Formats: sequence, structure tokens, C-alpha cells
Amino acid sequence: MQRRVIFPDKGLPYLLLAPQLAITLVFFFLPAGQAIWFSFLRQDAFGIRTEFVWFENFAELFADPLYLDSIRVTVVFAAGVTLLAMSVALGLAVLADRQIRGATAYKTLLIWPYAIAPAIAAILWIFIFHPQIGLAGRFLNGIGVAWDYKLNGAQALLVVVLASAWKQVSYNFLFFLAGLQSIPRSVLEAAAIDGASESRRFWTIVFPLLSPTTFFLLVINITYAFFDTFGVIDALTKGGPAKATTTLIYRAYIDGRVNLDLGSSSAQSVVLMVAVIALTALQFRYIERKVHY
Amino acid sequence: MHAPVSAAALAEADRATRAADRARRNGALVTHAILILGVALFALPIWIVLMGSTHDAATISRGEVPLLPGAEGLANYLTAWGEGSAKTTRAPVSAMMLNSFVMALLITFGKIAISLTSAYAVVFFRFPGRMLAFWSIFITLMLPVEVRIFPTFKVVSDLGLVNTYAGLIVPLIASATATLLFRQFFLTIPDELVEAAKMDGAGPLRFFKDVVLPLSTTNMAALFVIMFVYGWNQYLWPLLITTTGDVETIVIGIVRMLGSEADTDWHIVMATTVMALLPPVAVVILMQRWFVKGLVESEK
Repeated sequence: MQRRVIFPDKGLPYLLLAPQLAITLVFFFLPAGQAIWFSFLRQDAFGIRTEFVWFENFAELFADPLYLDSIRVTVVFAAGVTLLAMSVALGLAVLADRQIRGATAYKTLLIWPYAIAPAIAAILWIFIFHPQIGLAGRFLNGIGVAWDYKLNGAQALLVVVLASAWKQVSYNFLFFLAGLQSIPRSVLEAAAIDGASESRRFWTIVFPLLSPTTFFLLVINITYAFFDTFGVIDALTKGGPAKATTTLIYRAYIDGRVNLDLGSSSAQSVVLMVAVIALTALQFRYIERKVHY
Repeated sequence: MHAPVSAAALAEADRATRAADRARRNGALVTHAILILGVALFALPIWIVLMGSTHDAATISRGEVPLLPGAEGLANYLTAWGEGSAKTTRAPVSAMMLNSFVMALLITFGKIAISLTSAYAVVFFRFPGRMLAFWSIFITLMLPVEVRIFPTFKVVSDLGLVNTYAGLIVPLIASATATLLFRQFFLTIPDELVEAAKMDGAGPLRFFKDVVLPLSTTNMAALFVIMFVYGWNQYLWPLLITTTGDVETIVIGIVRMLGSEADTDWHIVMATTVMALLPPVAVVILMQRWFVKGLVESEK
């Protein structure tokens, strides 16, 4: 935590820290504190009178069937994105890890989607799933499936999950590949000589050894699905149809930006902060364990 | 020593080896086939947009999204670059790209600069409040801009920074990730090096400039890739903070271009999409080595 040899200056370290601390105070702690404070307040319709209402905003939030619905949407959405993005990435990583020619080329060809903005990924997928101009959209309508993600909630959820997962696969692929390459070849070869089949080797040796990576990616992917996919939803469905793709973040945005409901939107921010803290704590427990091993 | 080997046994062994070889070759073939399919699946959406951007609006709205290039490519890109989508956007693509570049580069340099100095302060000095400073930077990992979006917006608008580059950039510049990465790296700099510098009469600023900065270039390159992509791809924050076209970024602009269904100039949207995804993808591919290093180090 501390080096033995240091510089004796008294004022300089404060000066060096000043920019980062100033930004952190003004744009992180002040707003977070205000979110907590506002979540206990209620304004009248004209924004003139403000009343301290304790936990009423929270009570109302959790009594609101639409809010509970957006929790359900978020859970389904996050589970879909995480499962899809992780399983596809693991499959591709296992294949790319085999000693085949061109493994580096495959790696390069698979990592670039990481660089694409979620909102841009959404636009790419519009041209596949748009009912009139999209490749798959037109095909589905052609074979008699009533495909229109702008009208059908389940289809809308499917499209936002696909677009969000598509972008995340490359990230997971990199980490799975790194994890696979750190597994000693000799262990796998010994098992192969003992006659263990490929799938048996995977499930009894490779998969358990990958579990720290898998757990780390699980947390990262859930966080991604919660917070970074706002652009996908805004570009593709705007939370519709009939709120079928309104996640917790999207709802907080609508309540604050469109409905200007300060109390409720702050209460939602606080709920989300608790969720991030829980996720981050999980992630650090994992890192700590890894350090001790 | 060896038992006599019959010709039949030899032939049998030979057959087995050849069968195993064949199986391995087939296995490799299947592996390649699946990987190529995976690559194709990832490239398909890009291919469609790239081809679509070379056709006219009518072809695309008729639903005949072409899989081969058309003749309107140059015209589409020039229109998008110089005018944008006439019906829905407020700025040409060139202006929005410039905004995105300014934003991504300033966020990147800002994050790297203030993280370098803060990590240097907590590692190479001992002063009251050192741990408090470190933890208050660290805890911001738990407060992504999305969860405190409106209070942060209120602070920025109270400061009069809506629709300014400062409002777009400064709130995103603090970086716990980069600070942690640099701190970890600084802790590995040998004490002897610091001792030697002190003996030579170098002060902390001199040591920072002549020793620490040159040693940190690999870490800076790695962070550059990740932070540039982060800055370029920002969505929710610019969406709130840019209410006029002046500081609009390309990622926001393109979604606004979609507008209402009937008004969408699909060919312009496609050309713009290609231009919008090019810079971050180019940075990742060209700097792949540092990108992977930065990712693995900053996340683990």
C-alpha cells in the first residue's frame, strides 16, 4: 500500500490530486447526495412547494405495477443478454483456442464489435429486423410470421437482446480466450492420453478452471445490460411497445426527462445505486479471492 | 527386446494412425467452418449497411436491401458529410464527427492526465488525508453516470454548462479505473530508482517527467484505446446535455436522424452509420495489442 522511499513535499500532492478530487466532488458526490436528498422530497405540480415525505416515493415506486413490470423486463433482458453473449463467446473462444492455423486472424476478426457504440449496434440491427426494409424482417413476413417489433412486445425484447448481446460477445470472447490460454496444456494432454473424450475434458477440466473468468464476466455482463444498453433501447424501441422494453434505466430517464418527476426519478436513482454497489461488491469479493489464491 | 511384429499388426497400426489423422483434419475443418460462420455473423450487419449506403433511398424503402454495391455511394457519403439528413437532423455529419472527435480525445487525455497525477500523489507522497483521497476516487467506480443522471444534469445546468464542450466532457473525465491502474503500476517502480533520482537531486516533478512518464507509455497507450472508445460511444450523457445541434455528437445525431419512420432517409443513415463506427473500430484494430493489455489489466 505504501512505498518505502517517498518525496517529502507537503503541498504538492494536494495540488496533484486537486483536479480529480474537484471533478469527483462536483460531479459524483454532490449529485449522488442530492439524489438521496431529493428522493425524500415531493414537489407540487407547479414546483413551488416542496415537502419532506420520508420513504413515500419509494413506497409508491414499489407499489406501482409499471415499476415492478420494468424490474421484470430488466431481469429478463439482462438474463437474455448475459446468457447469449457469454455462451456464444465461450463457444467461439474454445474453437479459436484449438491449435489451428489462423487463430490470430480469427481473434482480430472477432474483437472489433467491442468498439461499436450500443446505439450504432442497434441501427445495424434495424436493417436486419425492420419489418419492411430489414433482411430477416421481410423474410419472416414473407413466410407468414407477423413480424413487427414495433407492435409486438416479445419481438421487441428479442431484438434489443440480440443487438445488445451481439456487441458484447467480442468482449467476453477476449476474456474467455485469455482464460483458456492460461490453462496448462500438459493437464489436457494427460487427460487425452487417459482417454477422456473432448467434451469430458471440457466439462471436468476446462470449465471448472474457467469459473473465475466466467464469474467475473457474469458480473460485467449484468452491469453492461443494466447500464450501457440505454442507447440500444432508445434507438430501437424507445422502451415500447406498451413498455415491453422499458428497463429500470429507461424508466428513470423517462420519469426525469419527460415527466419531470424529481422525487420519483431520484428514488429510482437511489434504487439503482444500491444495485450497482451490490454488483461492484460482488466483483471485488471475486478479485480478493483471486488475489489470495 | 521387441516382440516380433506381424505384417498384419503393422498394417492395422498404420490404418489407425491414418484414421486419427483424417479425424483430426475433419475436426479442424469443422472448427474453421464454425469460426468462419461466427465471423460472418458478426460482419453481416456491417456488410448490409455498407452495401445499403451505396444505393438510393427508393431502393431501400422498397425493401430491396441490396447485398451488392450500387452506384450512389459517393453521392450518399458526400450528402451525409456536407448536409446530413435534411428532414430530421440539425447538423451535417462532418460537424458531428468533429464534435465526437473533440469529445473522445479530450475525455481520453483528460482521464489519463488527472489519473496520472492523482496516482502519483497517492503513491509517492505521504500526507494527511491520503487514504481518504484514494477511497473517494475509488468509490466513484460504484456511481456510473447513468444512475445519478438527473442530479448530475442539474449540477451541470446550474453551472451554465448545458450545450458546451465543458458540460459534455468534464463530468466524464474523473476515472477510478485509470487511477487504480496507474497506482498499481507505480507501486512496481523499484525504490532504488527513486533513491537514485533523489541522490541526483531530482525533485518529485523532475522524477515524474523524466522517469515515471516514459515508463508509463505502454499503460497510457492501452488506456488510450479503451478511453477513446468509451468517449466516442457515450450516449445518455450527450443526449441530455446537447439540446441544440452545436455540440451534438455523431452517435446521438444518427439516432435523431432516424426521426419518425416516414421521414427517415435510410441511405443517408446507412452512410452515416459507416462513418460513425469507423474511428473507434480503426483505433481498436490498429492498437489491438495495447487494447487487449489495457482491458485485461484494468478489469482484473
